[in-house]
Amino acid sequence: MPSLTHFLMLGLILFSIGVAGVLLRRNIIIVLMSLELIFNAVNINLAAFSYYLQSLNGTIFVIFNITIAAAEVAVGLAILVVVYRQRKTVYLDELHEMRG
Amino acid sequence: MEQLFFYIFAVIAVAAALAVITVKNPVHSAVSLIVCLIQVAALYVLLKIPFLAAVQIFIYVGAVMVLFLFAVMIIDIGKERLKEQIHGQKKYAIPAVILFFMATGYMVLWGKLTVPTPNDSAPLPGFHIEGIGKFLYTKYIFPFELVSVLLLVALVGAIVLVMKDKKGNRPKDHTIDEKP
Amino acid sequence: MTEAVWLIPILPLFGAIINGLAGNRIGKKAVGFIGCTAVGLSHLILISTFFHLSTLPHLNRSITVAGFEWFASGYFRIDFSLLIDPLSILIGLVVTGVGFLIHIYSLGYMHADKAYWRYFSYLNLFIFFMLLLVLSADYIVMYLGWEGVGLCSYLLIGFWYEKKTASDAGKKAFIVNRVGDAGFILGLFLLFWSLSELGVYSLKFQDVFENAPRLDPARLTWITLLLFAGAMGKSAQFPLHVWLPDAMEGPTPVSALIHAATMVTAGVYMVARSSVLFTLAPISGEIVASIGILTAFFAATIALVQNDIKRVLAYSTISQLGYMFAAVGIGAYSAGIFHLISHAFIKGLLFLGAGSVIHALSGDQDMRNMGGLSRHMKITSVTFIIGAIALAGIPPTSGFWSKDEILWELFQNGHYIIAILGLLTVFLTAFYLFKLVFMVFLGKPAPDRQIDRPIDESPRIMTIPLIALAVLALGGGVIGISFFGGESFLHVYLSPVFEPGSLALPKTHGTTAFVMMAVSVTLGLLGIFLAALFYLEPLRSIAPKFLNPGEIAKRFNGIYQLLCNKYYVDEFYAAAIVRPVKRFCQICLSFDLFVIDGVVNGAGWLTRLVAWLSHQFDSYLVDGAVNSLASVVNIGSRVWGRIQTGYLQNYALVFILGILFIIGGVMLVI
Repeated sequence: MPSLTHFLMLGLILFSIGVAGVLLRRNIIIVLMSLELIFNAVNINLAAFSYYLQSLNGTIFVIFNITIAAAEVAVGLAILVVVYRQRKTVYLDELHEMRG
Repeated sequence: MEQLFFYIFAVIAVAAALAVITVKNPVHSAVSLIVCLIQVAALYVLLKIPFLAAVQIFIYVGAVMVLFLFAVMIIDIGKERLKEQIHGQKKYAIPAVILFFMATGYMVLWGKLTVPTPNDSAPLPGFHIEGIGKFLYTKYIFPFELVSVLLLVALVGAIVLVMKDKKGNRPKDHTIDEKP
Repeated sequence: MTEAVWLIPILPLFGAIINGLAGNRIGKKAVGFIGCTAVGLSHLILISTFFHLSTLPHLNRSITVAGFEWFASGYFRIDFSLLIDPLSILIGLVVTGVGFLIHIYSLGYMHADKAYWRYFSYLNLFIFFMLLLVLSADYIVMYLGWEGVGLCSYLLIGFWYEKKTASDAGKKAFIVNRVGDAGFILGLFLLFWSLSELGVYSLKFQDVFENAPRLDPARLTWITLLLFAGAMGKSAQFPLHVWLPDAMEGPTPVSALIHAATMVTAGVYMVARSSVLFTLAPISGEIVASIGILTAFFAATIALVQNDIKRVLAYSTISQLGYMFAAVGIGAYSAGIFHLISHAFIKGLLFLGAGSVIHALSGDQDMRNMGGLSRHMKITSVTFIIGAIALAGIPPTSGFWSKDEILWELFQNGHYIIAILGLLTVFLTAFYLFKLVFMVFLGKPAPDRQIDRPIDESPRIMTIPLIALAVLALGGGVIGISFFGGESFLHVYLSPVFEPGSLALPKTHGTTAFVMMAVSVTLGLLGIFLAALFYLEPLRSIAPKFLNPGEIAKRFNGIYQLLCNKYYVDEFYAAAIVRPVKRFCQICLSFDLFVIDGVVNGAGWLTRLVAWLSHQFDSYLVDGAVNSLASVVNIGSRVWGRIQTGYLQNYALVFILGILFIIGGVMLVI
């Protein structure tokens, strides 16, 4: 059984990749998908802790996390659709009206 | 033995993740994400919480990713050029991410992080759905109800957001075509 | 009885106050009445005091009437008290008597003047101060009176102050007097200081004269010389005589009262009162006599060439005062006082007569325009001629007796030079007096006199005082005649005052006295005769050529010019004193203006500068602060606003950076 550290490192790697995706991709959908990656990395960490600390708290947390991620994706994609309808683009660098 | 499986699942997950953020075609990107998510589910099984694996597959892969694919399909997105990044952001974002990874890696590997020992109920190795159910409806009943409301809100919100007016007008949001 | 003595000076003071405050409202009659009765009542009270005094034993005739304490400082105490003794009563009688007559005369003379009430107020004020001077019991009150009469003299000389010459003359009188007064007060200081060294802290006559013998003679000489300096100013002796001729700008009764009969004699009175001091300092006595007789001669020479009636009389006054000082200088105090009294009558008479002439000629004072007035003004001319005869020293007038007494005393005591000068002056006096008489009253009228109105005798109110004074001038000498083998009434009367001080003069008048009399009378008649030759018509035409006044003037032109210009004394003063002082005043004025204007302008300029600076400060600093605050916010917002790029991913990057910071912080801690 790999140690907790392995799982945490895996989680970290996935998290970093997700962050890189959020920061570096132009397409909103890809950004949203990278966001899902982040969520999953966190879930892995939580599950690992749940196993290695012999506690169900982590598991419960993961359940909730998944649920919320789902809700968020729904809303996010709805916004994407609306934005697409208005501006006919899905590229983030064309959506910068709210600048100051 | 488990170590081997761990490595297999981990590598595939990482590779799939990298594929998510690098491929040009959004559909390919979504499929790579599905692969990654399945690996995560496998890791859950490895951690002897099969319930989570099931939940993951059902909800994440089954619902969320399908939704993504729907969205990708509906919106006519062409292939995008990878090289077109946000102007000026690349040179700050990459070092930041690398730095972040390294710092947090250091913290994880050699940092003296203390982890509080739980004093909750002892886990049941093996099948512990009962435990989850018990917790969910006693200790975590409030978040449970809240999350259900949240789902309702998300549902309603999503519908409202994309609803077109019956008369064919635009939905009730302001035009943002005008210059400020 | 003694309390009534206070009324003597107080009554004229009240008269002055009433006339001064209400004079222009109560009408001319009331003003004149108040003025004359004040003096008249004082005179009556003096007479009664005189009789009262006579009841006292001869050697003890001195009453001090105490008044109130004026001020006290340490041991020094000054009381306002009056001294009643023969000398003060006598002079007081003369002052009030002649003063009363002159007041009556002024009722007529000043009748047409618009400042009638002011005149009588000043005149009464003068009488008050003069009485204070004469009746005082100590030097300080005497000094108060001394200054007061100087003030009144200024007020009255400059009575017609709209006329520049009059106000200038008033100023000149006051200033020259002041110079003398400075000497006087210095003498008083020295006296007090010297006495305080002896332990005596008082300037009462009694105390001074008792302790004077204990003083050092050198100190006494200084004291008496300084006191005499004051007398020189007040009594117009050389070189402080210059004010008296100019003082003729005042009304003629003023000249009569102040500058002939009373004020100018204050100096003589003061020296006589201080007889004890002068006897103890014989050197100053010599000096007093010498200056006196020199002034007498000097003034008489100037009077020879004057053409203004009043100026002739003014110089004559200076000359006669010189005689008085010559007398008291050598110690013949009663002789000096006798001449003072007779001169008061005579000069008063002469001035009033001159005033009568001037009044009749509507203000003309030049003798060359007169002549033959005796035809028109009988009383005036008769009384005037009587006065002239008296002053020339012709027996049996009072003038003869008093002048002769002085000459005899001089000769008797070995002051031969002074005596000879005195005789010469007799000649000159007779000459110029009768030059005046012949030019004005006798002879033919001047050819170029405009006859705009008939010349009438003056009204009775003016001629009655003339007659009274003429009687006194003729008969007043009785009191001073030293009957053969004895002493005059006057001398005996005044002896308790002068006995401690006067010389032990041999009183018997021997043949030398007769010789002196004869000499002086001859000289007087000679002078009259010469004047007749020069100026009286029938004699004039038959006079030899060299005795013509015009010829003599041409021959001795240098001397003539010198005399006409009064020995250039006024010019000397103007150059040596007046002009430098004026220049100094100019310097002070310009300095003052410069400094004051400089200060004021500088203050104004400074205020403007401060205002400008404050404005600059305000607009740059204050506005600058506000503006820079605004621009800081502006720039700051512009700079910081660039964070809001509008790009979502920029914001996400900032998240990550923040997380990095947190991780960094945690790493540092742990």
